[in-house]
Amino acid sequence: MYNAYFVPNPATPNECVSFDESKCVGCNHCVETCRCDVLMPNPEKGSPPIVLYPDECWFCGTCVADCPVGGGAITLNHPINQRICWKRKETGEIFRVKYEYMK
Amino acid sequence: MEFRQYLASNHKLEWPYPIKYGEETRVDADVLVIGGGLAGSFAAISATAAGARVIIADKAPIVRSGSAGPGIDHWSRCNTNPCAAYAPDEMLEVNPPDPYSAAHVNYIAMNEAWACAKELESYGLVIRDENDEYAGAAYRDPETKLMFAYDYAAKDVLRLKGGEQLKPILYREMKRIGVEMYERVFVTKLLTEGGRSGGRVIGATGFSTRTGEFFVFNAKSTVMATANPVRLWAFASENIGSGAHEYDPHLDGDGNVMAWDAGAKLMMMERSHSGSGGRRYPSYMTGNSDNTWYGCIMVDADGKEIPWVDRDGKRLNTFDERIARAPGQRYWSPGGAKNPYRIRGPHSIADLEERILSGEYKLPFFADMTRMSDTERRGIFGLMLGAEGKTKIPVVETLTNAGFDPERDMLMANVLHPKYAGIPSEPYWDVKTAGVNGPNIRETSFLNYGGLLVDWDLRSSLKGLYAAGNQIAGASGASVAASTGRYAGRAAAAWAEACKAASPAETQIAAEKERVYAYARRDKGYGWKEIQIGLCRIMQDYCGDIKSKEVLEMGLWWLDSIRENELARAMAANPHELGRILGCTVRLAVNEIIIRQCLARESSSEALGFARSDFPRDGDADGQHLVISRRDGTTLVERVPFDYCASEGTPRECYAKHSRL
Repeated sequence: MYNAYFVPNPATPNECVSFDESKCVGCNHCVETCRCDVLMPNPEKGSPPIVLYPDECWFCGTCVADCPVGGGAITLNHPINQRICWKRKETGEIFRVKYEYMK
Repeated sequence: MEFRQYLASNHKLEWPYPIKYGEETRVDADVLVIGGGLAGSFAAISATAAGARVIIADKAPIVRSGSAGPGIDHWSRCNTNPCAAYAPDEMLEVNPPDPYSAAHVNYIAMNEAWACAKELESYGLVIRDENDEYAGAAYRDPETKLMFAYDYAAKDVLRLKGGEQLKPILYREMKRIGVEMYERVFVTKLLTEGGRSGGRVIGATGFSTRTGEFFVFNAKSTVMATANPVRLWAFASENIGSGAHEYDPHLDGDGNVMAWDAGAKLMMMERSHSGSGGRRYPSYMTGNSDNTWYGCIMVDADGKEIPWVDRDGKRLNTFDERIARAPGQRYWSPGGAKNPYRIRGPHSIADLEERILSGEYKLPFFADMTRMSDTERRGIFGLMLGAEGKTKIPVVETLTNAGFDPERDMLMANVLHPKYAGIPSEPYWDVKTAGVNGPNIRETSFLNYGGLLVDWDLRSSLKGLYAAGNQIAGASGASVAASTGRYAGRAAAAWAEACKAASPAETQIAAEKERVYAYARRDKGYGWKEIQIGLCRIMQDYCGDIKSKEVLEMGLWWLDSIRENELARAMAANPHELGRILGCTVRLAVNEIIIRQCLARESSSEALGFARSDFPRDGDADGQHLVISRRDGTTLVERVPFDYCASEGTPRECYAKHSRL
């Protein structure tokens, strides 16, 4: 099967926050905390909120900080152009913030 | 057909909140507070304590709204705390405020910042290191368990250990004492007695950005506790958040515009500095050694340490020397080599830029916390970044989850051409890089910018209208917001007690209702993003690095033209978009205020970041602020001396007379 949807381009950043559906209980606490109404309640009760306006996210992280479930139910995803590098002093290896670590 | 139109006509998804366009709720109160950030919350609490019935309205959910919504690490001007080396009056001698900061506001904050911190503590905020997590740290007072930053001997800047919970705690306190809160209500218009320009302010109108419901707040006094406008010159439409620009998309400049519209006097609106144009990284997420990262050891690509010096150029070799005063120095303030000699603290070498270009120090640089003591390392990557807004989750949690370990790893600094790096007050590698997008990208954040001219009651030039926090010309900072909110709340409550309520003019309400809702009735039109980017272009071209009468007047022409054409054809698909469109109307108006003030200033000023090619003379020596206002469609310009608030007496006398304590 190949994708062939009739949709506009994804907003950028694509997904400022992501939800772990196995953990999120759909309580919408993050919807109420978000200063910019980036998140909208899911029409399906108990499901993770819809990220409607990722392009208005301020990346303040309060949705994550105040999530009553915690433990990765919501994760903040800095867009690719905002991912930071560091160097391990002992080995000289370079690392960076990566999506795999953040999901 | 535009895709959104197609979607709306064929597969419309229902808006998730009840729609109440046109429905109206009227609320009466003694005191209306506009803006529920730190300043507004403290104003609401103090006005309630003074016996007033208080309502507070905010565009955002108050539990986390405002610049300090996610948290605050530094709480400055605590000159009355038991450890402080200098009491407020002594501090005025040691470190006189710069003329472009509001001197009376500075004095009020020095007298009340610590009282605000204690109030927060009484509401449940952790402000001390009660569990001895940082025992033994040089910045910690063992007796009070308070922790301080920067000049460790001065002990006036508190490290707010539980700062991350600041807003939730204030929110709970407001609920407890019965402050009536109107959240996600965008206040767009001040009501004046008889609807007259320059008349007494008697409330405001707003609408819900979820339901579209209209609100009329009728109050005897109003405290403007909104934010200053940001990203007027550059708007990376698809990257508002993160490191693109400081502050959130709500920061349109509502307070300035509403006050201007009502006829209040504004000041310093011409101030700006060169900006990043969207090239920043997340705030405080890159390696640096200033502000929240103050004193951090920086090394170059080869691990060579970037030297630090004191104000006399003496090399500082240890971390302890980086927080010490120079011989004979009484106080220092962060700000690096650009600070005046008197308060110039330890800083990295001033000629670092040249040494990078000559190859002596190789990019990229890294912040090496591994060389620091455990308490200093945790002081940065834990205490400060864990409490400061926008860093607990975005920086500490993100980096930690990704495997970063401050005991082993060195965090990279921005890789930038030195010519374009650093904001005016901070050196090369700071996160707030400036000017990397080239000329004409400017900013109005992180320094003392324009706003309302206020007196010792923090009252504006209009009866019934008070201001707090960033809304005051020349005021900035979290503890300043809290202190001025607390103070203005008392003043507003006293005025409310002394005067009679006035009914709003129905014509004024009806006209605003018509203006606000027009955008939500159209099925086709410009969206807010394109308008906002267009407005930024006008500011870049006609209010950029070099200004002249000709280009500034062209800017005004462009703004009028956008107002009459594109903005008049803007459309909002829902109440949320309506908020953004109204934000554009605010931005257009704030741009107009700025350009009008730029036109009125017929001199240049380095301190204001203001250059007129037709008036290159440095006007700072005149010792005057330019004040502007609008009355019945005419712009009025006047001048006040820098020490405009000193005419009544010394700060101590004025504070005693007006503080109501």
